[in-house]
Amino acid sequence: MKNNYNFHIGRITPLSRDNVDTDQIIPKQFLKSIKKSGFGPNLFDAWRYEDEGYPGQDVSERSINKDFILNQEKFLGADVLLSKDNFGCGSSREHAVWSLMDYGFKVVIAQSFADIFYNNCFKNGLLPIQLSKEIITKLFDIAEQKKEIEIDLLNQVIVCEGNELCRFEIDPFRKECILEGLDEIGLSLKFSEDIKNFEIKRSLDAPWVFNERNEG
Amino acid sequence: MSKTLYDKLWDAHAVIQRNDGTHLLYIDRHLIHEVTSPQAFEGLKLANRKPWRISANIATPDHNVPTTNREDGLDGISDEVAKLQVTTLDDNCKEHGITQFDILDKRQGIVHVVGPEQGVTLPGMTIVCGDSHTSTHGALATLAMGIGTSEVEHVLATQCLVASKLKNMKVSIDGELSKGVSPKDVTLAVIEKIGTAGGTGYAIEYCGEVIRNMSIEGRMTVCNMAIEAGARAGLVAFDKKTLEYVQNRPYSPKGNDLQLAIAQWHELMSDEDAIFEETIHIDGSSLKPKVSWGTSPEMVIDIDGTIPEASSESLSHALKYMNLKPGMKPSDIKLDQIFIGSCTNSRIEDLRIAAQVVKGKKVSDRIKRAIVVPGSGLVSAAAVEEGLDQVFVEAGFEWRAPGCSMCLAMNPDQLGEGEHCASTSNRNFEGRQGYGGRTHLVSPATAAAAAISGNFVDVRELVE
Repeated sequence: MKNNYNFHIGRITPLSRDNVDTDQIIPKQFLKSIKKSGFGPNLFDAWRYEDEGYPGQDVSERSINKDFILNQEKFLGADVLLSKDNFGCGSSREHAVWSLMDYGFKVVIAQSFADIFYNNCFKNGLLPIQLSKEIITKLFDIAEQKKEIEIDLLNQVIVCEGNELCRFEIDPFRKECILEGLDEIGLSLKFSEDIKNFEIKRSLDAPWVFNERNEG
Repeated sequence: MSKTLYDKLWDAHAVIQRNDGTHLLYIDRHLIHEVTSPQAFEGLKLANRKPWRISANIATPDHNVPTTNREDGLDGISDEVAKLQVTTLDDNCKEHGITQFDILDKRQGIVHVVGPEQGVTLPGMTIVCGDSHTSTHGALATLAMGIGTSEVEHVLATQCLVASKLKNMKVSIDGELSKGVSPKDVTLAVIEKIGTAGGTGYAIEYCGEVIRNMSIEGRMTVCNMAIEAGARAGLVAFDKKTLEYVQNRPYSPKGNDLQLAIAQWHELMSDEDAIFEETIHIDGSSLKPKVSWGTSPEMVIDIDGTIPEASSESLSHALKYMNLKPGMKPSDIKLDQIFIGSCTNSRIEDLRIAAQVVKGKKVSDRIKRAIVVPGSGLVSAAAVEEGLDQVFVEAGFEWRAPGCSMCLAMNPDQLGEGEHCASTSNRNFEGRQGYGGRTHLVSPATAAAAAISGNFVDVRELVE
């Protein structure tokens, strides 16, 4: 599962909270899976349903929390997630990104992101956009008004009703990874000779790093 | 040019800078557990790739393992989905020839306890693991970072991480800690001060008199929770204590290698005039035991403090979830369970401190369950050797087998809905320790004292 796009048009699901942690995005009981897919029905499980979920369950039988933003009719299909400060903090579980994508989110906008989550997004093609508090506040209004926004990754700009709302920053390599759907491991392996040479030097400088168990 | 400890570790491992400015950072050690690795191994297989350097990898199952009936090995895992994940780790390690301390191995344990204990973690190394608490290993003057599963696959395949350099933050804790105030209180104080996003984009070097006087195990507790302050890496400079700790462990260098290593390790400290983008000072002498009251590790108060007003949406959510009211004191919180364990506080020193508090006393009738989960099989064996297990059992604690256990409650050790727990773990997020469970992060001494009293008390009044 990998997104690969340069332009996205969508409505916004507003999640008005700071410090949304990855334990909330996908609770631990679902991390037992050895796959990357199938997490969508359990995204925000504890907030979304009124009971405790477990892996492999038929979620259509469960009672939903009608107040939670993902369950409100007016935000159904709104595939841009909007949140506040320090989104994705806590556990390094990449399952958080897989569940957001499996649910259908294409972009996550927040005032700030935790480092590991932010990295994990790019590895899968989920676009994280960091914006100022002022713009975030505007976007919460736009979300309520159910307006569409256009996210132009190529030109790094967000447009609403024909007007430029803001520009956003993104690391050029990461941008390319999403635009081109690049195989990062393949790219790194192009430097195999450099890695091998480094390794030889390091094994001379610090041979103990390369030792196996050393009882002697 | 003068360098910080982080700069030195970075420079010693930067393989190449790519056109886009990112680096390939060489990884000396890669620690693997069952939860974040299966998809990475699967990815390797699909792309027809092999691990770059087998001996760089060490694995152990920790998140899913039950803490009872351990002698039954895999058969003791009643949850079939969890069992599949543990057997998948077995299979992947066997297929590639990766050393694993499996569920029946006496060296099995929490990956962040096992690494330093075995000498797998050594000063000057770069260490990664698909677990955010990898920051723990920074206590031994290593550059250690948590990574996601795609990065696990990348490190397996290339022995490198694609990385951009972090900024440097210095957190200096000066003075002398009062009796009863512990490394856990120090690390909670840092998070309370800078917030859970305060360290985002930084590597934090902890220094100052308090850190210098702190044991290596205590420094691990401090670095463990760098991630709760937002920092991917926490670090402490190399010193005599580090050397004493790392010598004579199964994987540590011996003979000439050791002499060569020591000469290099002595460089593992920030130069005197090194530049930090941010510097924080904390007066260690004024610190008190801490208790987290809310659902974020920054929602912390002193043991004699009061729960704050609901001045923001986040605080009001947290108060509601925790079923607490502004103005309440920690001692007003009705506790149901006690958990002593996790990669933050499950080492022998933690268990000694807790045992000292409970020795000859009984767990309060108000506490439904109190458990001690040692960090590894070797910690457990050492504790048994010292008779600590008996101290706990006689007091009414349950003595369990090693693993992550109730820190994230992936195994059967969980809080019931609405229950409050005094926990030596690292995260008090909603539902972290069980659906609807309410976590209070504290030190081992405070957790032990709470078990005896049935509510939070100031441990400073219990120790001389």
